[in-house]
Amino acid sequence: MSIRQLTVFVENRRGCLAGITDLLAKNSIDLRALSIADTKDFGILRLIVSDSEKALSVLRESGVLVQITEVIGVKLSDRPGELSAVLAALDRAGINVEYLYAFLTRTEQNAYVVLRVEDNEIATGILAKAGFCPVGEEDLKAL
Amino acid sequence: MQRNYYQEQIETMPPEQLRALQSEKLVKQVKHVYDHVPYYRDLMDQKGVRPEDIHGVEDLHKLPFLTKNDLRDTYPYGMLAVPLADCVRIQSTSGTTGKRVIAYYTQHDIDLWEDCCARAIMAAGGTREDVVQVCYGYGLFTGGPGLNGGSHKVGSLTLPMSSGNTERQIQFMMDLKATILCCTPSYAAYLGESLKERGYKPQDNALKAGIFGAEPWTEEMRRDIEKSLGIKAYDIYGLTETSGPGVAFECEEQKGMHINEDHFIAEIIDPDTGEVLPEGSRGELVFTSLDKEAFPLLRYRTRDICVLSRKKCSCGRTHVRMSKPMGRSDDMMIIRGVNVFPSQIETVLLNEGYAPNYRIEVDRVNNSDTLDVYVELTPDQFSDTVSAITAKERALAGAIKTMLGINPVVHLVPPKSIERSEGKAVRVVDKRKLHD
Repeated sequence: MSIRQLTVFVENRRGCLAGITDLLAKNSIDLRALSIADTKDFGILRLIVSDSEKALSVLRESGVLVQITEVIGVKLSDRPGELSAVLAALDRAGINVEYLYAFLTRTEQNAYVVLRVEDNEIATGILAKAGFCPVGEEDLKAL
Repeated sequence: MQRNYYQEQIETMPPEQLRALQSEKLVKQVKHVYDHVPYYRDLMDQKGVRPEDIHGVEDLHKLPFLTKNDLRDTYPYGMLAVPLADCVRIQSTSGTTGKRVIAYYTQHDIDLWEDCCARAIMAAGGTREDVVQVCYGYGLFTGGPGLNGGSHKVGSLTLPMSSGNTERQIQFMMDLKATILCCTPSYAAYLGESLKERGYKPQDNALKAGIFGAEPWTEEMRRDIEKSLGIKAYDIYGLTETSGPGVAFECEEQKGMHINEDHFIAEIIDPDTGEVLPEGSRGELVFTSLDKEAFPLLRYRTRDICVLSRKKCSCGRTHVRMSKPMGRSDDMMIIRGVNVFPSQIETVLLNEGYAPNYRIEVDRVNNSDTLDVYVELTPDQFSDTVSAITAKERALAGAIKTMLGINPVVHLVPPKSIERSEGKAVRVVDKRKLHD
């Protein structure tokens, strides 16, 4: 139960990010969530989009360095302490989180967290066992 | 094994006979220069050398050197040794390192130059059955006209593509089944990349060999090009001042380039003292033309650093071999007191699995030199975490430090973001203002 994240290498230069988001917009690709990790020289843009296959081919065609990274998602109640509980459960199981980012939706009273861990299956199992609600790509599409 | 020579008798001439031929030609060439080039006559007079002091190759060291500055100072006609009316062509350097140098040719000079190129093409396996795609620039640059002329002499079908327009290059290469490719190594690498992008595999083209020169390249780059195009890649050497490409060329051994010694004498000197060094020493390559009419140059210092070898070559050619130039004194950067050649950095990149597309920036900040190397990240090496990418940058910086002894800052940049060259690659940007 994993989610395909687009991972894009962007130069830390004016207009680079806009170029990518424009490209996606022109191809009617909707952004569900995004995060960016940046250094002085470059950034790594991580995107969850409405159609990852299409986005991948659109970006590749225009020469953007992009790859698919399998990440996991979990649905949380939007209230204080929920994320801490998720992280505590993973920590207890000795699972490292490389990075994570969260997003809200317009319609639901829930928050969603995207996590990058070493082993998606193990982490998903642990979260489910701890009573959380892991979500897959289809669940996000339905939002 | 079937040998492929253009002028077998000369190319395989016994060494003693070759030296006698050189001596005989040298005496005449020196007299020709002394009689017709006042500038060089003055240099000889200042040194107290007269044409009658030169009896053969053994007396060569008595002659004064010529440098690029001499050619600039005598621009445009000062080195001309025949009436302009006898000349049929000029070629010129790019002028990137200063004022252009113009070389003049009589028909005889063109012929001997094209003979040299024909030898190079045949050494790479060329015959009249071949289709030779020349994508060196045509015009003032010697690359296009030289190989074009050589290909005519061999009798191959010549595609005078000139440089650039990759789309058209690929179309002609595939449609006309080009078998020999002539261009700069960086453009060959670029063509390999472009073919791959269009879904062609190395075996899809009809190429069997490539003759690449006009810029420094490494053995690693050779292997890359050979793999991506499915060919054997041969090196060719030359400079406008001595005629153009074809002064030296590789045979199937791919171990150094045979210098056309019936037309040029090569010496290796200590660049600081001018002293002639024994065979096998690393030093500056110096050429003396032997039978040029319009633009004969005696003891011209090329600034290329290399090694000569007289070791017998299995190809049967007896002419001396020069190593690939290890650098040019014009190319050489002195960074924090260390001599750095871009080719060293290129070697590291290829060894570490990166493409040879890079830009080197040298600057001086707070009186200390900085070295920044920009390298394209390849899809295989891309990762979704910052730590993994910065680790790659550090690893590459470490490998460069091991090679050069100085610490660079490595910047990984997106693929295709470093400008591709269709001629000579500009890979070094020196921002230091060392001379006001």
